Amino acid sequence: MSEDGTNRLMNRAHRFDVIVVGAGGAGLMAARYAAQHPGVSVAVISKLYPTRSHTGAAQGGVGAALGNVSEDHPEWHAFDTIKGGDYLTDQDVAERFAVEVIEAVYELEHMGLPFNRTPEGKIAQRKFGGHTREFGKSAVERACYAADRTGHMILQTLYQQSIKDRVNFFNEFHVLDMIMEDGACHGVVAYELATGEIHTFHAKATIIATGGNGRMFRVTSNAHALTGDLMSIAYRRGLPIEDPEFYQFHPTGLYKLGVLLTEGARGEGAILRNGDGERFMERYAPTIKDLAPRDMVSRAMYLEVREGRGAGPDKDYLHLDLTHIDAHIIETRLPDITEFARIYLGVDPVKELVPIQPTAHYAMGGIPTTIDTQVISDGQNTIVPGLYAAGEVACASIHGANRLGTNSLGDLIVFGRRAGIEAAKFAASESFTDLPAGVQDRTRELVDTVRKGKRTERVSHLRRELQDTMQEHASVFRTEAFLSRQVDILRELQERYKGVGVEDEGHQFNTELLEAIELGFLLDNAEQLVHAALNRTESRGAHSREDHKERDDTEWLKHTLIYKDGDGVRIDYKPVTLGKYEPKPRTY
Amino acid sequence: MQINVKIKRYNPEADARPYWAEYKLEARGSDRVLDVINHLKWEVDGTLAFRRSCAHGICGSDAMLINGVNRLACKVLVKDLGERITIEPIRGLPVLKDLIVDMEPFFDAYKAVMPFFINDDPPPPAERYQSAEDRAIFDETTKCILCAACTTSCPVFWTNGRYLGPAAIVNAHRFIFDSRDQGAAERLGVLNQANGLWRCRTAYNCTEACPRDIPITRVIEEVKRALLWRGA
Repeated sequence: MSEDGTNRLMNRAHRFDVIVVGAGGAGLMAARYAAQHPGVSVAVISKLYPTRSHTGAAQGGVGAALGNVSEDHPEWHAFDTIKGGDYLTDQDVAERFAVEVIEAVYELEHMGLPFNRTPEGKIAQRKFGGHTREFGKSAVERACYAADRTGHMILQTLYQQSIKDRVNFFNEFHVLDMIMEDGACHGVVAYELATGEIHTFHAKATIIATGGNGRMFRVTSNAHALTGDLMSIAYRRGLPIEDPEFYQFHPTGLYKLGVLLTEGARGEGAILRNGDGERFMERYAPTIKDLAPRDMVSRAMYLEVREGRGAGPDKDYLHLDLTHIDAHIIETRLPDITEFARIYLGVDPVKELVPIQPTAHYAMGGIPTTIDTQVISDGQNTIVPGLYAAGEVACASIHGANRLGTNSLGDLIVFGRRAGIEAAKFAASESFTDLPAGVQDRTRELVDTVRKGKRTERVSHLRRELQDTMQEHASVFRTEAFLSRQVDILRELQERYKGVGVEDEGHQFNTELLEAIELGFLLDNAEQLVHAALNRTESRGAHSREDHKERDDTEWLKHTLIYKDGDGVRIDYKPVTLGKYEPKPRTY
Repeated sequence: MQINVKIKRYNPEADARPYWAEYKLEARGSDRVLDVINHLKWEVDGTLAFRRSCAHGICGSDAMLINGVNRLACKVLVKDLGERITIEPIRGLPVLKDLIVDMEPFFDAYKAVMPFFINDDPPPPAERYQSAEDRAIFDETTKCILCAACTTSCPVFWTNGRYLGPAAIVNAHRFIFDSRDQGAAERLGVLNQANGLWRCRTAYNCTEACPRDIPITRVIEEVKRALLWRGA
């Protein structure tokens, strides 16, 4: 970059037809497809180097009814997704998803993705939680996998293709605001980590693909980077968040650390055992047992611990048992998780039981979109022109109240692709409009406020309090008393957040500054989740209210839309799109 | 236990040259080095700068020189290092701030070997077939997370920053030995150049540094043989 002042200013303003925020699976897929549209310029902005994105941590597989191992059909996959989502899934979205994910998996293979192979040389598939044949009869091999690093392979393959396609990247640029005017989006404003400079990215279409927000909990499988930035920015900009109360806890996180051990382990035959050695899932899900959906397994685990059947000196964890599985299968199909257990807990899964506990894993809710990934601003599906969202940050809603394992990777490739196509189509038909005056003002104010903060509060202490209390009051089981308490705690934390500041006064790689800003984003994400959870007086999918134990379809077969309203929140609703499958009690 | 941590610090906005900072703190044997430096950043000195994300050895952000060996800070535990821990930035890439180095030269070398699938035949309606045996040939090199631990442990790379380095060769291997790929000749041509494959002196540092246990020295030898036998 030139040292000349004028050029530096010029360089901080960028213009692309399509801007993608986030460089994980959804973002890279979106960029690839947007760039294929003739004459459309595309850039990807990410706060990390693309290959650091958390898609790379996904392990078990991507579900698609290829039928390579045994008979399978997209109708069965759609049904499982809808039932797994406890009927909050929009059925038109699930049906289209189950068809398109087959094409998308073949496409990844055509891009060179190294799937494991069947003896005939086809893409290998294995069993996964909640995926069944003939509408629930027994488990089916639907997860297309590459050892236990399927997400890593998807991320690498898409990044490799983006090099081939010469995609423009702005790496380590942290988006801190969206440019909104008259209800339309015209790009984003970002902070450059290396220099501390603020850049304007003017775009005709903006695609948000920034992933999740698991760092609001103490025990999580999520990377440090997953702080729900864009869910907060959209919320601050007056857009709603859909269904934030539905947050998934993955049953098999390493004890205390939360590091993920894939459900694919159970797909290969691993068993969950309580402190007495009992295979307790037989009591909770007699048909598919350990391969029941994640919300049910996590609840069963909590109950085992609560009723005194946990393992260990404090009886506060459970065991994943792989010892009966052939050592060769463990080493070849599950090498990474085997290594995690060995390194972090000093336990060898080939010979010993692995201590596990549920770990905060995935936001089913997010920025609401149409089936075509256009962001909407209300329950009447009013479209926000120029704004798209895909992947975990978005809510289409494919996952409903509980996501099935493998459907996150499917979501990325199906809706990432769609977002790229739709955004490019929109951009090609539009011309650039003038940016509003003072386009960087909010971002500068946000940065300056933290820079000049009084430092009466430490970011790390507030974050730890947030994570501890969210874990206590708003995780697997919830009650009005706990959630109300958490509302008060969050209000207090928001107040105390005004006292944060930074020691680092520098401009280059001021990671302390960004951690402080990220905490502000996380607090908004927690607020969305807790208010929506308090409001929903029923139990459905991952949202389990001990004071309202039943699912209530008369009152609550609807999506939450939560808005920021002054210092408080406002809640509205959106109908669930039903279809072929009548809501039924959910048993496995 | 009480541990003593020495970190090579450098702030381009304040320091003329790097210096060693020492910290004494309480840690548990089961703590990752990443937990230790997070603790320092969060409780002791907020200006300490380093990259991190996944915290379990998958994203490749936090390769550092720890007690003289390149490793991921999130994949090495205090109990495996003892009471004295020394942390420096990985070598051979420009230091930008504290433990953060300029990764661009590393990614440029990676991009030079065309690390993407090349096959211009029209794809079939379903997947291309590949036998489990053919898939197994390049399994090891699909594990690379681009953390740069290997390349920045290589003595040839330290003295010649234009050497493509082990990570680039690993990623070339991943495609050269993929039965579905058609770009091997071109990639071998790149590797046959002056700053390519033949600069490797089999020091073995890369293999020892790899946090993903990729047998890099063997991989490099396989590519050398391919170059000899197939030609470029």
